[in-house]
Amino acid sequence: MTQKLVIIGAGMASGRVIEHLVEENAGAFDITLFNAEPRGNYNRIMLSPVLSGDKTYEDIVTHGADWYEAHGVTCRFGEHVVKIDREMKVVEGQNGYVPYDKLIIATGSAPFLIPVEGKDLPGVITYRDLDDTNAMIEAAQKGGKAVVIGGGLLGLEAAAGLAERGMEVTVLHLMGHLMERQLDEAAGYLLRRDLEKRGITIMTQASTAAILGEDRVEGVMLEDNTALEADLVVMAVGIRPETRLATDAGVEVARGIEVNAQMQTSDPNIYAVGECVEFDGHLFGLVAPLYDQAKVLAHTLMDQPDAFVVKDIATKLKVTGCDLFSAGDFAEGDGREDIVFRDPARGIYKRLVIEGDHLVGAVMYGDTADGNWFFGLIKDGTEIDEMRETLIFGPTFQGGEQADPLSAVAALPRDAEICGCNGICKGKIVDAIEGGATDLGAVKAQTKASASCGTCTGLVEQLLQVTLGDDFEAPTAQPVCGCTDLSHEDVRRLIKSQELKSQAAVWQELGWKTPNGCHACRPAVNFYLLADWPLEYQDDPQSRFVNERKHANIQKDGTFSVVPRMWGGITNPDELRAIADAADKYNVPTVKVTGGQRIDLLGVKGEDLPAIWADLNRAGLVSGHAYSKGLRTVKTCVGTDHCRFGTQDSTGLGIKLEQALWGSWTPHKVKLAVSGCPRNCAEATCKDVGIVCVDSGYQVSVGGAAGMDVKETERLIDVPTEEEAIAVTIAFVQLYRENAKYLDRPYKWLAKVGLDWVKERIMDTDERARLIEAFELSQSIYRKDPWAEHAQERASSYAPLADLTLEAAE
Amino acid sequence: MSWIDIGHIDDIPPRGARVVKTPVGCVALFRTAEAEVFAASNTCPHKGGPLSEGIVHGQSVTCPLHNWVFNLDTGQADGEDGRIATYPVRLEGARILLDGEAVGKRSAA
Ligand code: SRM
Ligand SMILES: Cc1cc2nc3c(=O)[nH]c(=O)nc-3n(C[C@H](O)[C@H](O)[C@H](O)COP(=O)(O)OP(=O)(O)OC[C@H]3O[C@@H](n4cnc5c(N)ncnc54)[C@H](O)[C@@H]3O)c2cc1C
Ligand code: SF4
Ligand code: FES
Repeated sequence: MTQKLVIIGAGMASGRVIEHLVEENAGAFDITLFNAEPRGNYNRIMLSPVLSGDKTYEDIVTHGADWYEAHGVTCRFGEHVVKIDREMKVVEGQNGYVPYDKLIIATGSAPFLIPVEGKDLPGVITYRDLDDTNAMIEAAQKGGKAVVIGGGLLGLEAAAGLAERGMEVTVLHLMGHLMERQLDEAAGYLLRRDLEKRGITIMTQASTAAILGEDRVEGVMLEDNTALEADLVVMAVGIRPETRLATDAGVEVARGIEVNAQMQTSDPNIYAVGECVEFDGHLFGLVAPLYDQAKVLAHTLMDQPDAFVVKDIATKLKVTGCDLFSAGDFAEGDGREDIVFRDPARGIYKRLVIEGDHLVGAVMYGDTADGNWFFGLIKDGTEIDEMRETLIFGPTFQGGEQADPLSAVAALPRDAEICGCNGICKGKIVDAIEGGATDLGAVKAQTKASASCGTCTGLVEQLLQVTLGDDFEAPTAQPVCGCTDLSHEDVRRLIKSQELKSQAAVWQELGWKTPNGCHACRPAVNFYLLADWPLEYQDDPQSRFVNERKHANIQKDGTFSVVPRMWGGITNPDELRAIADAADKYNVPTVKVTGGQRIDLLGVKGEDLPAIWADLNRAGLVSGHAYSKGLRTVKTCVGTDHCRFGTQDSTGLGIKLEQALWGSWTPHKVKLAVSGCPRNCAEATCKDVGIVCVDSGYQVSVGGAAGMDVKETERLIDVPTEEEAIAVTIAFVQLYRENAKYLDRPYKWLAKVGLDWVKERIMDTDERARLIEAFELSQSIYRKDPWAEHAQERASSYAPLADLTLEAAE
Repeated sequence: MSWIDIGHIDDIPPRGARVVKTPVGCVALFRTAEAEVFAASNTCPHKGGPLSEGIVHGQSVTCPLHNWVFNLDTGQADGEDGRIATYPVRLEGARILLDGEAVGKRSAA
């Protein structure tokens, strides 16, 4: 006896159910198919090629009118179902009732709209069906600017399609990297790079505050008050199972319509399939599992035993030129081991995640040919122990491919600047080598590359090796650490010439061997990035040693020391009282006068730091950065204010210098001193920069030290005015920030580049002005009190996450 | 096992750590670059360094005092004769669950 089967929703899941039913048991059911869209089933995932113009709607129709007719399916397209009456076993459509014996809910999901002002303005579109796609195509015909909110799969496909159609597209993404649910940071970086190459602007950590416009959309406002113009806004921030009918009918619904492994809901005559369901806590957003569900449901309806199981799924992005693959679980869980392969020259990144003897996850970018093979290993739980060593090279590995230490340099474009001093690009050097300059001396002589400060010597040697092959053996420079073969100098140079502006960019383009560096290279790379790109790069506290992360010096017992700034060594009774009060209030065991003319509160508990800082802030005291690779102290003597020998206002100059330089990050710590006369009571001649005042002006000397090495400073320049003394000091510090290796104090750096080279730069008035401007730009971000910021915004991170001892006592 | 909800994954910054006070002492919860959390003793066997203050890289942490490097999964120190205790921890959605029994809490029952 034929049963009446009613299906709500003609989407990809129900389409598959019907195919199984008519193929395997034609005539068993009398099928009525409702669809809110005024059309039957089409391949929804191919809407993106339709948007980009690679396909038409006709190309992606899966079931045309004749197919439904041939299989006796009664179609009610363009008709919403408004109600299910479970008692009467009747479905109510907009145009009338249909009784059922069995009912399938296959309503898919609905795009989620972020609840901001202006979300309902004309010109704000979601991306779900053919009508949305056509609306975008129509909008794109007028050209103009599009803002896509959401940097996931759908948002990026929309962005690529709109860009293809000539719109100027910006993608706003809330998280730190694109497609964060499918990709790790490294692959997210490569994807971003490729999309940017097509002219799409990507903004990460961008939170939408409002959509602007009077009668239709005109722009988007971000939380940080950035305003973007927009003629079209596409919202692609996520989907929500479409469960309203089920909820109203009293069928059990959690986040989705709850089904058992036979796709049956809490009502035995009602089934659900597709994105609208929830199974065992899982929701679905890709078709592969829906097809499994469809098969199980068809079997259930035909009384054949079958059960749905959740399997791993693989993701690809349908944007030509962005070749990515991710599968399995590369994020969560214990006991994982990573295998990473990077080839900067070809823009390839592969990461495999192994647990015990099994591959559990894979992320790939650039070369995804082996993706399905890896996916197979994940799904089948294959034991990979035997092939572990060569696994990452894929099934066809012949023993050849190896990560090449020279690949980063080989990958550089011809116009990448190798020698910063003389502005010499790779192309020129390679031409010289090919023209017969086959050793370093000849390259230097012919091109001037590495002939000035010498920092790029390592790169020039690598170019010799890349160009000459085995005929040249580059002397191996000390690499930064085990994560790379490049030296600090190479990394610094390449960050500049390749314009690498994120850690992920450095790891990838320079072929790092680990997923995210180690405790040795990360702080260095973090510094290089923030020194070179103060505006673009955001300082990463997690890449800093604890002292700099917590803005206090860690002690051997795990407590911290707190040193407030005393500008130029000057203090007053109010400040001293605030320090004394703080010492009392927080039970500070030791209060010590430091060698840097200020006071150290030693032994403060980590949890108390934000509170003690807030107290000190109230008295006007700010962080002394006694913990930083940055400006420490500017020691001064009493100078003309009080001393009978003083020639200039050494105290005043010291304060001005400290106020100009504080907060800046440097390759190593930087200490200054200003003495009022050559008696040098401030010990200026053993500081990184020391100024000795004389009747005719200021003697500025640099490169002193009094720590592990004791060194007297060397004279940089004599200047007549205080302004010039400050300018020269800032220019010197900036030159040091731009060029030195991380953890080289200025005297060590000077020994490498030579004082003459530094003098030349500082004397050159244009260069001096540029250095000062660059320093000021960086200070516009970093000249601020981190204590105040942490006390106000991050205080909770200094407390334990939880205290389980309290409850235990109860 | 008795799983105790101790917080949201985003309470720990990626490549960062937080401590939880427990009857067996301070336990550090480390988060890698992903949504992945490990629990281990906060105390370095070398000279007692607070490991939660170290730099987290890959699935390791470097002690802030003298740079011993610990594998967070096994607790083993890299190239040194030392090991830290590790504790069962898991994620349920975005919540971090720590095994109360393993950190010395008697179960409520
Ligand atoms: C507090 C203080 C000692 C004191 O009680 O006077 C001090 C304390 C430390 N010094 Fe210093 N230095 C202090 C003045 C000095 C001086 C004298 C000066 O600045 O006039 C020097 C020699 C001058 C120089 O730097 O050339 C000095 C040369 C060093 C060195 C060796 C640096 C070098 O390049 O050779 C280190 C080790 C390092 O930085 O790697 C160091 C490192 C340290 C550290 C940060 C050790 C550490 O990494 O934990 C100490 C932190 C103690 C703590 O827990 O707070 N400290 N240190 C002084 C703080 C000055 C301030 O107000 O900020
Ligand atoms: C642009 C785009 C690209 C995608 N790319 C991929 C991809 O590359 N890979 C991949 O695996 N997945 C992709 N997906 C996801 C995939 O399309 C979905 O997982 C799949 O279509 C869900 O199938 P479904 O049958 O559950 O729902 P749908 O296909 O959405 O069908 C549900 C149907 O029910 C109708 N309906 C809803 N409520 C009612 C009602 N009350 N009355 C009548 N009818 C109703 C709707 O109009 C709709 O036609 C993409 C999705 C989009 C939008
Ligand atoms: S000797 Fe020292 S105190 Fe005296 S004037 Fe010179 S700098 Fe000042
Ligand atoms: S205390 Fe940890 S390495 Fe010394």
